[in-house]
Amino acid sequence: MDFYQTLKIALRALRTNKMRSFLTMLGIIIGIAAVIAMMAVGAGARHVISQQIASIGSNIILVLPGSTTSGGLRTGSGGAQTLTSDDVRAIMGECPSVEMAAPTTRSSALLVSGNMNWSTVVMGTTPELFAIREWGVAAGRSMEQQDVDSAAKVCLMGQTVAENLFGSEDPVGKIIRIKKVPFTVIGLLDRKGQSPQGQDQDDAVFVPLRTAQRNLVRTQTPNSVGAVMVKARNEALLGKAEEEIQSLLNQRHRITNGKEADYSTRNLSEILAVAEQSSRAMSLLLGAVASISLVVGGIGIMNIMLVSVTERTREIGIRMAIGARKGDILLQFLTEAVLLTMIGGVTGIVLGAAGATVVSSILSWPTLISVESISIAFFFSALVGIFFGFYPARKAASLNPIDALRYE
Amino acid sequence: MNRVIELSDIRRVFTMGDQQFAALKGVSFSVSPGEFVAIMGASGSGKSTCMNVLGCLDRPTSGSYLLDGVDVGGMDGDQLAEIRNRKLGFVFQGFNLLARTPAVENVELPLIYAGVHPRDRRSRAMVALEMVGLSGKENNHPSQLSGGQQQRVAIARALVNQPAVILADEPTGNLDSSTSEEIMNLFTSLNRQGITIIMVTHEADVAAYAGRRMTFKDGLIIDDTN
Repeated sequence: MDFYQTLKIALRALRTNKMRSFLTMLGIIIGIAAVIAMMAVGAGARHVISQQIASIGSNIILVLPGSTTSGGLRTGSGGAQTLTSDDVRAIMGECPSVEMAAPTTRSSALLVSGNMNWSTVVMGTTPELFAIREWGVAAGRSMEQQDVDSAAKVCLMGQTVAENLFGSEDPVGKIIRIKKVPFTVIGLLDRKGQSPQGQDQDDAVFVPLRTAQRNLVRTQTPNSVGAVMVKARNEALLGKAEEEIQSLLNQRHRITNGKEADYSTRNLSEILAVAEQSSRAMSLLLGAVASISLVVGGIGIMNIMLVSVTERTREIGIRMAIGARKGDILLQFLTEAVLLTMIGGVTGIVLGAAGATVVSSILSWPTLISVESISIAFFFSALVGIFFGFYPARKAASLNPIDALRYE
Repeated sequence: MNRVIELSDIRRVFTMGDQQFAALKGVSFSVSPGEFVAIMGASGSGKSTCMNVLGCLDRPTSGSYLLDGVDVGGMDGDQLAEIRNRKLGFVFQGFNLLARTPAVENVELPLIYAGVHPRDRRSRAMVALEMVGLSGKENNHPSQLSGGQQQRVAIARALVNQPAVILADEPTGNLDSSTSEEIMNLFTSLNRQGITIIMVTHEADVAAYAGRRMTFKDGLIIDDTN
């Protein structure tokens, strides 16, 4: 018996009881739709997190100056000015796993432009910072090495700062005063949004490192820097880069065994890995709940298939008398069950995708429907059909033809 | 000498709990090609059990059965299904057509299980429908046909695979007398074309159409007249 014929018979049987077929499918439809929607929402959440990782950089190491003790009071991490521009140059030059490093100084300052003012963070840095953070400009130009070398009084402005000082006006080319020193705005940075810690990354102004060291930050040593942002050549070299930096700085700062280091290193990927893991656990949980509804749907299929076998006992008898083998009957009922779940599965995929789209547009929550999740859902629905259709189909195939023909 | 059917000492014993009931107690007979045999007897005489054995739907407890020269005794379920498909055609009392299925597709059914190509299937089914006088009704569903027409569809279905024997179990049991006559005339004309028919009936006037009449009683043949 050819497959096309089997399919035709199964379709006719399903059409005969349209309402019943639909209601039976409903369990699978809901189950698959839930799986697709959950996986889409989960994947969307993971996508957002990995984007946040990319926005800070997953292969980034922060080198922070250590604490200092003055008069018995220990300042916190970063309180001391133990790192210098020379350290940064050494890290760049002597650590093979390091791609680049950007020193930063950080101070708070009042910005004034005309009759507007705004207090924000002023960061002194080098052009490498914008390369490491993959942060471009929306208008004007970015910082160049020449600006640092000449200690130019220029600045790059974050979007939040620009909105507060200039409103909708273009800030590029305008003069602002930072701690009463006039600076020319050379560029407006792209919008970066919130950091994973909830800070507004656009609420900052960036000036060349040397300019900041001379005019804005009061330091004990003229070329000291605050935090240094280091980018490893790739994620796999992150650990190695960190070790190289530690041994280099230990050597430069003459830190031997037992002596407390006057700096510390941190990398961000650990924090973000935890965040990603929790979102994965969440989507796994949702997926498990959805699978339960699939199993319940499968039991519904089994139930209806058993009813169908009983109802069609006589038909099975006729087919057997005419020459159907056990295998033919088994295949026929199995095909019917698989067809039920597969039609339900496809409908569920469409509904789930539509649901995910609605969720993402209403809640502005990103969703991601992958080919992977669609094929998993499709094969899983076929599997449910085979699993729950087998027992009824075997029951049909093992009927005795004489009894089946006589069945009223 | 070639025989289509050769039964020798067939016994069929049913076991229900610790009780045993012998439905056939040693039945032997043979049928030659082209014969029209009527099997008669009261209910419980063993004629239906004999029919089930002849139709390869039931296996005898002992004895041997040669169908078209082939010993079907040692065959398994799938082999018997194939024998039923190729060598036998069934006509039942209750027609036993598939509902919601056009007449022509009902007739095609044995060919589907025989693995005949779809194109040949349709043409052979049309020929069979023509033989029973139902040309033009091929797309009607059983519910749109009269009882006599439904039985004709069933006969066409039995004929379509060119079986060695047609087995008819009370073929006129659900029909009125004029339709019964119609069906019996059809059987007679098919028999004249050389088709072997074995029919179970309890009506003497229906049995009169057959060339040979056997009577069963208590699991044995008590009468066999030509």
